[in-house]
Amino acid sequence: MRQLCYSLAINEALHQMMDADPLVFLIGQGVKSPWYVGNTADGLLERFGRKRVIDAPVSENAVTGAAVGAAIAGMRPVVVHPRMDFMMYALDPIINEAANWFYMNGGKANVPVVFWGIINRGGEQAAQHSQALHGVFSHIPGLKVVMPSTPYDAKGLMIAAIRDPNPVVYINDRWLCRNEADVPEMMYEVTISKAAVRRTGSDVTLVSISQMAYVAERAAEELSASGISVEMIDMRTAKPLDLDTLLESVKKTGRLVVADGGWRSFGWAAEVVAVAAERAFEFLKAPIRRVTLPDCPAPASGVLENAYYPGTEAIVESVRRIMAYSPLKFSADSTSLR
Amino acid sequence: MVMNYDNTFLLGLYRTMVRIRSCEESIVDPILSGAIRGPCHLYSGQEAVATGVCATLNETDFIFGNHRSHGHFLAKGGSMKEMMAEIFARETGCSRGRGGSMHLIDTAKGMMGSVPILAGTISLAVGAALATSIQGGNRVVVTFFGDGATGEGVLYESLNFAALNKLPIVFVCENNFYATHMPICDCRVESHIYSIAKPFCVETGQVDGNDVLAVYEAAARAVDDCRRGNGPVFLECLTYRQRGHVGPDDNIQGFHTDIRPKEEVTEWLARDPIKMFEDYLSGAECIDTSVLADIRKEVQAEVEAAHRFAMESPYPEAKDVERFVFAQKIFVAETQSI
Repeated sequence: MRQLCYSLAINEALHQMMDADPLVFLIGQGVKSPWYVGNTADGLLERFGRKRVIDAPVSENAVTGAAVGAAIAGMRPVVVHPRMDFMMYALDPIINEAANWFYMNGGKANVPVVFWGIINRGGEQAAQHSQALHGVFSHIPGLKVVMPSTPYDAKGLMIAAIRDPNPVVYINDRWLCRNEADVPEMMYEVTISKAAVRRTGSDVTLVSISQMAYVAERAAEELSASGISVEMIDMRTAKPLDLDTLLESVKKTGRLVVADGGWRSFGWAAEVVAVAAERAFEFLKAPIRRVTLPDCPAPASGVLENAYYPGTEAIVESVRRIMAYSPLKFSADSTSLR
Repeated sequence: MVMNYDNTFLLGLYRTMVRIRSCEESIVDPILSGAIRGPCHLYSGQEAVATGVCATLNETDFIFGNHRSHGHFLAKGGSMKEMMAEIFARETGCSRGRGGSMHLIDTAKGMMGSVPILAGTISLAVGAALATSIQGGNRVVVTFFGDGATGEGVLYESLNFAALNKLPIVFVCENNFYATHMPICDCRVESHIYSIAKPFCVETGQVDGNDVLAVYEAAARAVDDCRRGNGPVFLECLTYRQRGHVGPDDNIQGFHTDIRPKEEVTEWLARDPIKMFEDYLSGAECIDTSVLADIRKEVQAEVEAAHRFAMESPYPEAKDVERFVFAQKIFVAETQSI
């Protein structure tokens, strides 16, 4: 099959959707600048023109609101925020308006808009160019949040997000952009709220999403080589969660580690853990563990970045710990955070 | 008032103003008795603005409202029965009892929604106008907001973006001189609101918002400019709310936040927009006052029927509390046609 990198898979989804549906348009800061959105917008302006590929002034609030208003008027906008941090200026149109619109209007009008945010961490960019804010959006009723980890999902989830009749927050991670993999040339959807079991196993369920799913797959390989059978699930959609896939796996393995690139407290990983504890408690053989960012803003210095972002070793260690857990043996560090 | 109008048109304006006033006054008692529990921001005193502006619009044109939008909804052709049922939080309301007084919508009539987030719909209206500009057609969009909304940054972002893209939108500011309890001089260093559009090279003007024909003529020019591709336009309408910020009277409701001087209130009551128009109709236009009395009587019956409809309507069922969080499909509906 044809190989395509993650960012060009997004690009292909945009080309195909804009070609197929004249209601689709792209708006946001830097859509004609590779500096902002890499090659994800390549060729769109030339092909579809300035009316449908709108490089917007730095007015996140109004521009995001305009995308919401265009959706209310019947179009299918994609509004891009090249640094997810910038979306904070647009929380009113995203949360107060788009997320609530269908409900507060009694199901009389919907808002088919895609809020596309890019997690831009790494590269010593510090606290305001690195934030992974999926936990914020996943908390909000009325929003769907998707976070593809593979080029295949990057394309299929963008197409599904644009076609969805609801506001969808589409989040991609800069660290994934150059990954290459098989991507069909045809137009296809990856179903929102459907997880992918990347590796089947029987000892422990390892749940992850976005760039951490990529890391978790490497950790699962390493663990399997040492005899621990890991079932690795890439949730792909942060909200609504694919509870069936998650719970079925946890009930089978009896152990759960959740690896997430967001912060620890009140975060996405916490929700996955809570669901497992509520609905599969009697199947658990060991305490659940989380691998997350610490409750700390992103640093600049590369030395601190290395300490900040968890890699395969953090996941491997967490899995080994719960595999070693015995209910008869009190472990002094069973309460330690990482 | 030098233009010639036919009587049908003039009496239509009169009927709209009376319908708004009668609705507002009819819900005073139910608010005080507790039969209506949600916040209602009454439009009494500002009828000339919604009436004059909406009289210039076609059914396919869009308007967006705010927290004080009973008048906008009715003037754009929304169903009085459905509005009343919504105010009484019934299943038959325009938002099925999920929105209440502050979330009125009738997309088939071009009333695209209203929200109590100050300036919340301004950028949405800009987006609806952007949709017109992308798709073609001659739809005009109006955003109604108060003087309080001029404190929000998104208004200025929206003015710039609308001007940059020459969007067919009329920014209608209803200046009633108070943002909740705060007089305009405590909120703004400069009180000529219409001048805020000037730095964005947006055509702007100020009109007596209690003179329905003056509003109509100014709005007709603005809408015509927009249709000819010379939008956006800004229009400040000077007016006054006769009731409290929320509910019939902030003081008698126990909040004691209405600090408006008695003389000021008396002065504005003497400039009641309906009385002013009645004087004009019976004077300059020689319309028999009995014709006006007949209209008032008919409207009274309509309002009573709307109350009966609301009171006889069921409440939403508790089992449906989580309905309408997500849409299952797109509503193509009437909003598509331009």
